[in-house]
Amino acid sequence: MTGFVSLSTAMARGFFRDRTALFFTILFPLMFLVLFGGLFKDAGASKTDILQIGAVPVVDQLPAEAAAGLDQVLSVTRTADRAAALDEVRRGDKAAAIEQVGGELIVHYSAADAVKSATVRGIVESLVQQSNLAAAGVTTPAVTMRSQPVEDQSLKAIQYMTPGLLGWAIATGATFGAALTLVTWRQKKILRRLRLSPVPVASIIGARVSVSIAIAAAQCAMFIGVALLPYFGLKLSDQWWAFIPVMIAGTLAFLSIGLVAGAASKTPEAASAIANLITLPMAFLSGAFFPLDGAPKWLQQVSEFFPLKHLVSSMQDVMVRGESFAVTLPDIGILLGFTVVLAAVAAFLFRWDDA
Amino acid sequence: MQDMSPTIKVEELRKSYGEPRAVDGVSFDVQTGEFFGILGPNGAGKTTTLEMMEGLRKPDSGTVTLFGESPWPRNPRLLPRIGVQLQASAFFERLTAREQIRTFASLYGVPARKADEWLAVVGLEDMAGKRNEDLSGGQQQRLSIACALAHGPDLVFLDEPTSGLDPQARRNLWDVLRDISAQGRTVVLTTHYLDEAESLCDRVAIMDHGRILQSGPPATLVRDLDAPTRISVETGTITAEAARGLADGLEVSDDGVSLTIATRTPAPVLSALAERDALRGLSVRGATLEDVFLHLTGREYRA
Repeated sequence: MTGFVSLSTAMARGFFRDRTALFFTILFPLMFLVLFGGLFKDAGASKTDILQIGAVPVVDQLPAEAAAGLDQVLSVTRTADRAAALDEVRRGDKAAAIEQVGGELIVHYSAADAVKSATVRGIVESLVQQSNLAAAGVTTPAVTMRSQPVEDQSLKAIQYMTPGLLGWAIATGATFGAALTLVTWRQKKILRRLRLSPVPVASIIGARVSVSIAIAAAQCAMFIGVALLPYFGLKLSDQWWAFIPVMIAGTLAFLSIGLVAGAASKTPEAASAIANLITLPMAFLSGAFFPLDGAPKWLQQVSEFFPLKHLVSSMQDVMVRGESFAVTLPDIGILLGFTVVLAAVAAFLFRWDDA
Repeated sequence: MQDMSPTIKVEELRKSYGEPRAVDGVSFDVQTGEFFGILGPNGAGKTTTLEMMEGLRKPDSGTVTLFGESPWPRNPRLLPRIGVQLQASAFFERLTAREQIRTFASLYGVPARKADEWLAVVGLEDMAGKRNEDLSGGQQQRLSIACALAHGPDLVFLDEPTSGLDPQARRNLWDVLRDISAQGRTVVLTTHYLDEAESLCDRVAIMDHGRILQSGPPATLVRDLDAPTRISVETGTITAEAARGLADGLEVSDDGVSLTIATRTPAPVLSALAERDALRGLSVRGATLEDVFLHLTGREYRA
């Protein structure tokens, strides 16, 4: 037991004092989150830009609640310059310009984007009808329509990017950590030295496992912490903490991948190359960087064979899609299956010594 | 009743990684408390022999027993009783000297305070807060010996502990090693330095090409060689002619710097030189292990 504790401590100290390792396991993935989180901040919540020329009582006199609703779909800019406004529409910079002349509401719309202009025309038409009804004294219409966008949260990029990039970070950290520890400890004869001490092999492996899980937990804390900042605006589901078991199962799966890479290579350079070859393409093909919904069917099927796919999709399910813990169970099972098989391969390839 | 069986018993050990055999039929015993040296040039098979004794390699044939037990396969009963210093110093990355020795000590259940005492024994208490990457070669070797000893083993294996050190650092380390031996531990050391073996070991085994050529206390090996003693004085102190007349059967040579007289009975020659007041620049050199090696192999010793 003391062996396990002191080896874990030695390993953790070695890691946290290694600036390069710290950068690549924690800061580097976080940079991606900050970069993409900032870049795609407004993606998904696409409003239609229109211009309002002069006073338009139909719009201006909307009740507060209706105005807020309108604000969700239209971004209205007021202007007094009619010619300039029409010119902007003509160039396609704005979807439409509205003006009211007496009892007539005129919509000047651009042909550049048929969908957007149809949206604007529809909305304006409903405004006109509403105000006509109000003028006719009908205060409680027989049927009212309330529009609510479906899966509004998941449209925001930060929602799928946080679990995706976090899964990639965990995979990279666990793979590189295990591979490099194994190779450098073999190369520096630390494994040989440990073999000559009475410490059980289980303590050595246990120490690596616990340090990797601790690093993964640190990555999660940093990622979720940053994504929750108002600027990025991550919204976690009620059962978000249910990602912890799947995170641990994923760490174990990638640990064993790293052990295979470390057992198969003689130098740290070779181990890094193998680890990169495995984790980087897998990140692209597993939906860690972008959703696979639009990918070809065969690719989606291939992705099922990647542990990262199971890690990322389960983390997305519980962290942001509001699914319950039970949904992650099959993925946890698959990840542990990967662990068992790959750990057996690593044990088969394992050597205490170079020679 | 003290157990009188040897601490180490090695019988007919063989190991090959292809031709020729790295170790080819090696046998010897090491008694409790003995300082035993395996001496030989690089590639003689010293390290392979040592690794089989430590239980790091499986012999192709032959047996090793330490305290009556086999070290292969990994024998957890034996491991706490032996301490091993590896040829390349095996340290955890980015840990300080203190953290290194505490980590190793705790693998054996030795408390931190006890581990720290070992830093003082090898004279590293001032370096305790330094990372091993910042230690000099000699300091690293001393730390690695301290790490091998922190759990108080009865038997210590040292593989070329002074290789690559400057003369001063070597001598400092010799003092440490003498202390370890004086505490009653059995020490096995490999070295390619003849003077080191001669100075430290109670008994040495001279190895070459995977075999032990001869073993015994260094002084005995040298004495048994029956090599002549070489007496040198400054050239011009005495003529070669006169030197030859000092006693019977003298071999005299003069290289222009020193006049050297080789004899198996140095005492009368020395007193005769003293009588003539011809001792300017006197040096007397007996045979060394180098001569033993030359005699055994017919070639000059090259480490």
